[in-house]
Amino acid sequence: MLHLRLTKSRLDFIKGMLFISPWLLGFLGFSLYPVLASFFYSFTRYDIIRGAKFVGLNNYKELFLVDDMMPIVTRNTFWWALIAVPLGVVTAFLFANLLNTDVRYRPFFRAIFFIPSIVPAMVAAPVWNWLLNTQYGLINCFLSSRGMKVIPFLSSPPLAKPTLALIHCWAQGGAMVIFLAALQDVPRSLYEVALVDGANAWQRFWNITVPLCTPAALFLLITGLIGAFQQFTFTWLLTQGGPMKSTEFYSVYLYRNAFVFMKMGYASALAWILFIIVMAVTIGVYLSSGRWVYYAGK
Amino acid sequence: MLQHARQAKGSWDADDVTSARNRKRVTDLLRRLLLYATFIFWSIVFVAPFLWMLSSSLKDDPQNIAVPPILIPNPARWQNYPEALTRLPWALFAYNSVIKYAVPSVIGTALSCSIVAYGFSRIQWKGRDVMFFICIGTMMIPFQVTMVPLFIIFRKLDWINTYMPLVVPSYFGVPYFIFMLRQFFLSIPQELSDAARIDGCSELGILTRIILPLAKPALAVVVLFRFIGIWNDYLGPLIYLNERDQMPIALGLDLLRQSLGDLGHDPNIYGHIMAINTCVVLPVLVIYFFTQKTFIEGVAVTGLKG
Repeated sequence: MLHLRLTKSRLDFIKGMLFISPWLLGFLGFSLYPVLASFFYSFTRYDIIRGAKFVGLNNYKELFLVDDMMPIVTRNTFWWALIAVPLGVVTAFLFANLLNTDVRYRPFFRAIFFIPSIVPAMVAAPVWNWLLNTQYGLINCFLSSRGMKVIPFLSSPPLAKPTLALIHCWAQGGAMVIFLAALQDVPRSLYEVALVDGANAWQRFWNITVPLCTPAALFLLITGLIGAFQQFTFTWLLTQGGPMKSTEFYSVYLYRNAFVFMKMGYASALAWILFIIVMAVTIGVYLSSGRWVYYAGK
Repeated sequence: MLQHARQAKGSWDADDVTSARNRKRVTDLLRRLLLYATFIFWSIVFVAPFLWMLSSSLKDDPQNIAVPPILIPNPARWQNYPEALTRLPWALFAYNSVIKYAVPSVIGTALSCSIVAYGFSRIQWKGRDVMFFICIGTMMIPFQVTMVPLFIIFRKLDWINTYMPLVVPSYFGVPYFIFMLRQFFLSIPQELSDAARIDGCSELGILTRIILPLAKPALAVVVLFRFIGIWNDYLGPLIYLNERDQMPIALGLDLLRQSLGDLGHDPNIYGHIMAINTCVVLPVLVIYFFTQKTFIEGVAVTGLKG
């Protein structure tokens, strides 16, 4: 018989662990093991049909030195991270401010601006494809009927990424809601004091509204960057990485290697590099945030 | 404005006040008009794709490719809808999406996340917060990192081409919803738990009899978000399902789009695709309109407490 004192804290520990056991088991099986396994696979050549074959650092060497898709993929993904993500956050902020003004039917407008973000990507993609179609799309049909040149939104490499970025801004409803909540948390008294001090609308916006919304902006920037590196569905459905690989983002290339080329080992190496980048970016943005984020409560 | 008048004459009279007030009325009116115009303009921009989708779904092919573009189809080809719905076994796809995928997953999510969130919030135990931190941390792992090994595991289990890989993990907790429910549970006063414990109630009893009934709004958010997430899920089914009979609606749409590439495609294909898209979006919109408040609260809570 074990003479273990069943103190309250020990009992509570057992109870706590029991309650979280579903998650713990899932974590071990569906998170920890796959993460470690993919690390192992990244050092192998594995195409499902044959067994995994250990090849050491070959995948990583190929990734950094040989693969000539990597520079393109990296450039595309960084473009997205540095331009599209901040653009989305700024757009959401501006629209949230618009939605915070006193107008009639405000809930109706808020709903309209929010809906694009809950529409499934598999519907939004073909609809946008159809809308922006170079030959049959609404915009281009209209232009060509007036004798003007059509705009090849999704079929010309220089235009494809900016077009995707604009569609991304269209779907910022969730971010708008978060900014709305942040805007409503700004104390009215601050605005009143500023008015008394003679501040005009622009000054009030820039010196009160913007700083007090920086915590929300930080959250959205981090989650946006993490999402940028992982975003797959919409791009795959809309352009499959085209035209001419101009929208071949990291996650699209990863999927292609894993499930189209069946290069599971190489895909695992790509995935681990992605993991490290995401961690680095998150930590980097979080650390730099001390400079530009204003926490009212601290 | 009154100051101008005063400076001119040294003091202001009733006329100056009236004209200043009228000027203000006019500028206010102009501002209001500009504001509403902005709203209406952007509303049209946001809604335009859907209106175009709806409009395209009622056109036959010649109308769909007409130049200049026809905004309101005349005649409206309502047959596109029954035609599109019989092209592919949509009832089967819907059954797969809802009965095989959504319902079991939502039940699993609600059950497991409630239990786990309880453990992370209503009991004080050593290491609790570290474990919770790890739980949240897993949300940052890009799914691509686990995607390949998970596929290999499920293949060894012979679960490929079933819904098991998609549904089973829901029964082991989903960090996003564990987080959400934990935040909510934390806001329930400890006194309720303590009183129940004194009365001899077990932890499980507290969970089922006190916490869960109080957590109905939060659970509603979990169910709603999870359902919508599953209805929209494309990558999961794409990886694990390859037989047509097993496909959910998401992959059915893919099949339809692929027939666009077939040479000599069926007439009115564009209209059919848009018709199906309209049908797929409609449930989401309807659910949204009935549960707007829940939606907004759910998004805001995770955004701010995060």
